[in-house]
Amino acid sequence: MIDWSVIATSLPDFLAGLKVTLLLLVISLSTGLLLSVPLAVARVSSNPLLSKPVWLYTYVIRGTPLLVQLFIIYYGFAQIDLIRNSSAWPLFREAWFCAWLAFSINTTAYTTEIIAGALRATPAGEVEAAKSLGMTTFDLYRRILLPGAFRRALPQYSNEAVGMMHATAIASTVTLVDLTRVARDVYANHLATVEAFGTVAVFYFVLTFSLIGLFRLAERHWLKHLRAQVAAPSTLVAK
Amino acid sequence: MNTKTPHPLLVADQITKRFGQTEVLRGISLSANPGDVIALIGSSGSGKSTFLRCLNLLERPNSGRIALNGEVLELAADRDGALNATNPVQLRRFRSRISMVFQHFNLWAHMTAERNVTEGLTVVLGLSQNEATERAQHYLQKVGVIHRKDAYPAHLSGGEQQRVAIARALAMEPDVMLFDEPTSALDPELVGEVLRVMRAVAEEGRTMIVVTHEMSFAREVSSEVVFLSKGVVAERGRPEDVLLKPQSERLQAFLANSLK
Repeated sequence: MIDWSVIATSLPDFLAGLKVTLLLLVISLSTGLLLSVPLAVARVSSNPLLSKPVWLYTYVIRGTPLLVQLFIIYYGFAQIDLIRNSSAWPLFREAWFCAWLAFSINTTAYTTEIIAGALRATPAGEVEAAKSLGMTTFDLYRRILLPGAFRRALPQYSNEAVGMMHATAIASTVTLVDLTRVARDVYANHLATVEAFGTVAVFYFVLTFSLIGLFRLAERHWLKHLRAQVAAPSTLVAK
Repeated sequence: MNTKTPHPLLVADQITKRFGQTEVLRGISLSANPGDVIALIGSSGSGKSTFLRCLNLLERPNSGRIALNGEVLELAADRDGALNATNPVQLRRFRSRISMVFQHFNLWAHMTAERNVTEGLTVVLGLSQNEATERAQHYLQKVGVIHRKDAYPAHLSGGEQQRVAIARALAMEPDVMLFDEPTSALDPELVGEVLRVMRAVAEEGRTMIVVTHEMSFAREVSSEVVFLSKGVVAERGRPEDVLLKPQSERLQAFLANSLK
């Protein structure tokens, strides 16, 4: 049987954990989005001095688990004297900073590849049209390439955002009290498996579908131009 | 125009172009005076589209000279032997004065028809949003798609898309308009509406260079027909001469084929 009182008494803790999870998600995703735009532009550049370093970065990051990346930053960096003695040490001592850094580095790598792929998928004709009117390369990116790529990337990016949300559970391994950590504490205190992990599963479930719902709304707005058209209004009226 | 030759608007001199070992253009020259409608005809592979695309440097020629309104485009050969514009500001100015209509329309998919037209006006010509919208609507009206101004390209027919593309090119109010097989990608029943618009544009006295397979358009609308074959100008002249009294066997064979 489910012990509802356990859930009821730990609900404030879960809500506090939810706040931590959401905050971590929002700051990591926004950092990732901000950094991945210039990196994606560099990634598709024909200049190898720009594209190769970005390729290496995304290759390495996507080739290793986020958990390992977080441990390297949180535990590994603490072993390096250079960092311990540097002025950045107060930051690297903080679990929050390490989690934000690791998650941002990770999601930036994936998001860069998503946006770079969407940039490459731009029809050559759209680029030629812009050039033929005399647009600068800067305007070409600002007005044609990036707005088109963001739209094409949206469905894939929503997967990355949901994946990132689930991945924030990893923050619980470096002392951050996120949703997962709260669930583990509740379990440890009450030995109530279903109450602890069932509740947290419901939280993640609701979060996931809210996030997907938000992306649906965004897609409805930004991908209007791809939607199949229903019969024009005039034909509906004219019986 | 028949009595006195005004100074030519656009001059292309001895344009050559190689793709690897193949010589696609072997020295083609052309001069367009104000109001000229020059039809470039020829079988596929004759180099007519490549030549057209060399005029605004979408394709880089290997040698030759291009001048607009007497101003010579600054070009220099780079390592692979193709010419590059050495003055990007000048190149952009040239391109904004020579607008192009493409075979596959090349509208920007995420913008409405009207935005497709205003974009170049605000971004390249620096018009205000209001001026640009006003001008865009004027030209969309002219090509007969004003009622579709809020539609996205994917929701327009091919003929409507091409007319929006023509409005986009017209709205730049360029010196010369280039048309690269503007009806070749259209369903047969949509060709007429686009040709009618092009005819109206020509009748306004705009200078046009048109790569086309539409012989009736070349015959009725153009002031000069240039027949390209294997990268050279095989015949050129007034449409009634070139199309009705072809001199070379190649042109005779080409015309016999295209009239079938």
